[in-house]
Amino acid sequence: MSVILHVQGLTKGFTMHHLGSQMAAFSNISFDLNAGEFLLLKGQNGAGKSTMLRTLYRSYLAQAGQVLFHSDHGVIDLLRAADVDVTHLRRTEIGFVTQFLVARPRVSAEDLVAEPLRMAGHSAPQALDKARYWLKAFGVKDSLWRAYPTTFSGGEQQKVNLARALILPRKLLLLDEPTASLDAHARVALVARLQELKQNGTAMIGVFHHPDDVEHLIDRVIDLTPDAPNMEDRADVAV
Amino acid sequence: MTLTLDAPRIVTTRPLVTLRDVTKTYGDVQAVTRVSAEVFPGEVLGIVGESGSGKSTLLRMMNLEDTPDSGSYTLDLPDVQGNLFELGRFARRMLCATKIGIVYQNPHLGLLMKHSSSGNVAERLLIAGERRFSVLRDKARAALAASEFPLERLDAPPIELSGGMQQRVQLAKAIALEPALLLLDEPTTGLDVSVQALVLDTLKRLQQDRNITMVIVSHDLGVIRTLADRVMVMRRGEVVEAGLVDQIFQDPQHPYTQQLVHAKL
Repeated sequence: MSVILHVQGLTKGFTMHHLGSQMAAFSNISFDLNAGEFLLLKGQNGAGKSTMLRTLYRSYLAQAGQVLFHSDHGVIDLLRAADVDVTHLRRTEIGFVTQFLVARPRVSAEDLVAEPLRMAGHSAPQALDKARYWLKAFGVKDSLWRAYPTTFSGGEQQKVNLARALILPRKLLLLDEPTASLDAHARVALVARLQELKQNGTAMIGVFHHPDDVEHLIDRVIDLTPDAPNMEDRADVAV
Repeated sequence: MTLTLDAPRIVTTRPLVTLRDVTKTYGDVQAVTRVSAEVFPGEVLGIVGESGSGKSTLLRMMNLEDTPDSGSYTLDLPDVQGNLFELGRFARRMLCATKIGIVYQNPHLGLLMKHSSSGNVAERLLIAGERRFSVLRDKARAALAASEFPLERLDAPPIELSGGMQQRVQLAKAIALEPALLLLDEPTTGLDVSVQALVLDTLKRLQQDRNITMVIVSHDLGVIRTLADRVMVMRRGEVVEAGLVDQIFQDPQHPYTQQLVHAKL
């Protein structure tokens, strides 16, 4: 299987200038991720699971290490890539799924979901058709498709969020507790979509409060608990 | 500090705007110090910083209203060559009339307050050489419609309009000729919150539908967060930090940026 991501010596901490202090998140993490592989990050609260996802996505800046991503344009170190390249990769190859929808005033649910496809060059009617398909799959009632999600309940917003985040197949998907606040139907739809993407080669790194939801998808686990054994041992713990 | 200059690239698109080592002093005051930046086609660059940080001075220089002591400014467009700071007065005027649009915080700077709103937009087209009345009328109308200006008020002079409507007229004037670059200097400051949201939404739509490259200066971090892809943080004329908008807000590195982000309510 082809390697998608090669992470070497990844280290992240935060400098809090107003306190004059440093806070370590994780250090010297190394692993490889292949196409179609699903990696679960686990560890106690504050172990750095979400921090790891954000560092890989470049919302956080790493302090040391290398994250070599095998993009359609060649291999690129995400930690050192130009901002414009990171923006491009986020639009096309790397997705981030959180538990929160970033709604915008006066933008309907279906337009919000269709946006990633439109930005990837799909025609507007085609993008809208697919958006409706996924809204339906995640259980959003059709009476809400043209409404503004700012007024939706937390659960409904999350469904719109997932439809938007998963509509465009990516090479690498980072999942930050996407099952939180979902009802059973939407959870089934989410797991089915993840399975489909995985079969088609999407590599995934996920943080889940209840990993049972995705148990059959997990290939490997990394435990970020600080006193856990070294990375190589941790990387291949069977679930 | 540079934004993305000289970093290895996979996206081969050339930047539309390139500023290199731009420095401007007023007497003893160093307003802008060795600022370099790139803005890519379709991208929105936000510039934040406190009053007196040099952000508006930089924007005015990008609109060729002011000339720096040193540094260069290029636009990657057909027929536009060389360092724009070296252009003569007439060439600057033509370039600004056709390729660059600007919206000022103060509508008095951008509009003739006693002329009709449609006339304000048409004036811009006239400067660019359009003389046919029907074209002037249709283009002014289309630009005002795109800025979500109520068309039944086309003849009203800006002085009779609310602040939010005045900003829409400025925006229509700025986009009438489909500029390659749109500069926004505190476009929503002074507007009440609901009007501010509508103006922001209009800007976002314009950016998405027309893929206009924008540089927006604001001390309102919410505005920057909503619109910008990348952010440049300025303090005392210098760029202290630059990066992707989510990185600047979630993991600011410079002590000043941390202070700025944490000060947001």
